[in-house]
Amino acid sequence: MLWTTIKRIIKAGFVSFWRNGSVSLSAVFVMIVALFMIASTLIITAFLGTALKDLQDKIDINIYVDAKATESAIMDLKKQLETLPEVKTVEYISRERALDEFRSRHENDHRITQALDEIGDNPLPATLTVKAREPSQYEGISNFLLNKSELSAGSAISIVSKVNYNDNKAAIERLSKLIVGVKKLGGIITAVMVGISILITFNTIRLAIFIARDEIGVMRLVGGSKEYIRGPFVVEGILYGLVASFLTLILFYPITYWLKNTTQVFYGGVDLLHYFVANFVQIFLIIVSSGIALGAVSSYLAVRKYLTSK
Amino acid sequence: MIYFDNVSKSYPDGTVALNGVTLSVKQGEFVSIVGHSGAGKTTLVKLLLGEDSATDGSVSFDSVDIQKVKAHDMPELRRRIGIIFQDFRLLPNKTAYENVAFAMEVAGKTEEEIASDVPHVLELVDLSQKMWNFPRQLSGGELQRVAIARAIVNHPDLIIADEPTGNLDPINTYEIVQILKKINDMGTTVILTTHNKGVVEALGKRVITMDHGKIIRDDSTGKYAL
Repeated sequence: MLWTTIKRIIKAGFVSFWRNGSVSLSAVFVMIVALFMIASTLIITAFLGTALKDLQDKIDINIYVDAKATESAIMDLKKQLETLPEVKTVEYISRERALDEFRSRHENDHRITQALDEIGDNPLPATLTVKAREPSQYEGISNFLLNKSELSAGSAISIVSKVNYNDNKAAIERLSKLIVGVKKLGGIITAVMVGISILITFNTIRLAIFIARDEIGVMRLVGGSKEYIRGPFVVEGILYGLVASFLTLILFYPITYWLKNTTQVFYGGVDLLHYFVANFVQIFLIIVSSGIALGAVSSYLAVRKYLTSK
Repeated sequence: MIYFDNVSKSYPDGTVALNGVTLSVKQGEFVSIVGHSGAGKTTLVKLLLGEDSATDGSVSFDSVDIQKVKAHDMPELRRRIGIIFQDFRLLPNKTAYENVAFAMEVAGKTEEEIASDVPHVLELVDLSQKMWNFPRQLSGGELQRVAIARAIVNHPDLIIADEPTGNLDPINTYEIVQILKKINDMGTTVILTTHNKGVVEALGKRVITMDHGKIIRDDSTGKYAL
């Protein structure tokens, strides 16, 4: 019996969705707008997060080691740095490797390769590249390096010829602030957008059900139980959500494609289209489930109003 | 079967719709309730359906006090009462067949029962040809016959017809009354509210006359006395 009832409720929901074509269409359109708002703020915030993380990864402190330093002295220094809690990684780039990388980076630039050949010797120093766990920690690491006399540049026992943190300091600090700011703003915008979308959707579905309020009254007088009357409306709400979320996802492809070039200019490797395609499953699940939840909950609450009396 | 015990109903604005009405209807009776607009006919019907509750007194159906029925059990009670309205109140997005089938679905009937009973009932009200039409494609008389089919399909103990002929021409009115009479002949109790003199006199059954919320006459083979 329960199964028959569920089957009837689902069927009634589908039939009503189809027969109330114009109402369904407008509800779906409004939900597309709502879901589009939710999805775009989520995707943009997440995308910015990824893009900024990429940038964050590019921040580091380069310690240029004196050419006279022995390999073991450099390794000692590397170990010392690794004991600092703020330090995530320390990478040692030997003079040879630095030269190889420099050459491959400029292989198309004949003037540079020619110049290198003319010098004959390897002009590049060995480097220790230090990455911190958080952008804000670079200052601390830099201070540590300055206060240790055997590390600081110019000291008699130092093997360090130069630390480049100070050169990048302003840029690094500005970027740290920007990352925090964007994350905060993104969170606030997402929350506001989600709130607005829920309200818009709820009101649209409430209007759609308001149109059917007399029908609800008739159903009750004929002897329909509350669950049996409410069921098809909830199914209809779920259908609005499903159709709207599929259309939203379809809409996103050309839009991210169109934005591809713009976003690539800013962030190098990652672009919006790439992000959308790479995270499609996750985005699909978020959009579809929020569509279903929005439709179902709105319908449930909207019908409740007409089912309160005996 | 139905018992109104000293029932009064007044609204917060001071309107008195019913004033100390006592009335009983036996199983298998055909009772017409007549009176001007505002006499209290529709209020009587609403109390019987549990749509509204009395300010004073009690209304019982088969010894069950309707006002004490819990919201959860109300649908069960309503399935035992078939109801027909002046404005038909069909579901606009369902065909004639589906409107009738809906009443059976809510009563938990099986698909087989629905498939066999619905066409049968629609044939009884002479609508076999228009089974798959939507309400907007039917005339007033046809709509009312669908409503009657819906009301009788679950074999209710009681049919309440609230001004069923109010929106119909004389020929359709005659047909609807004949159908109600037929239903009553098969043993179902019928309560009919109307202000159509011709209908009441043609029936020759019990007539209750109401005025200003009170019963002023109750004749066993009454006439329209207003």
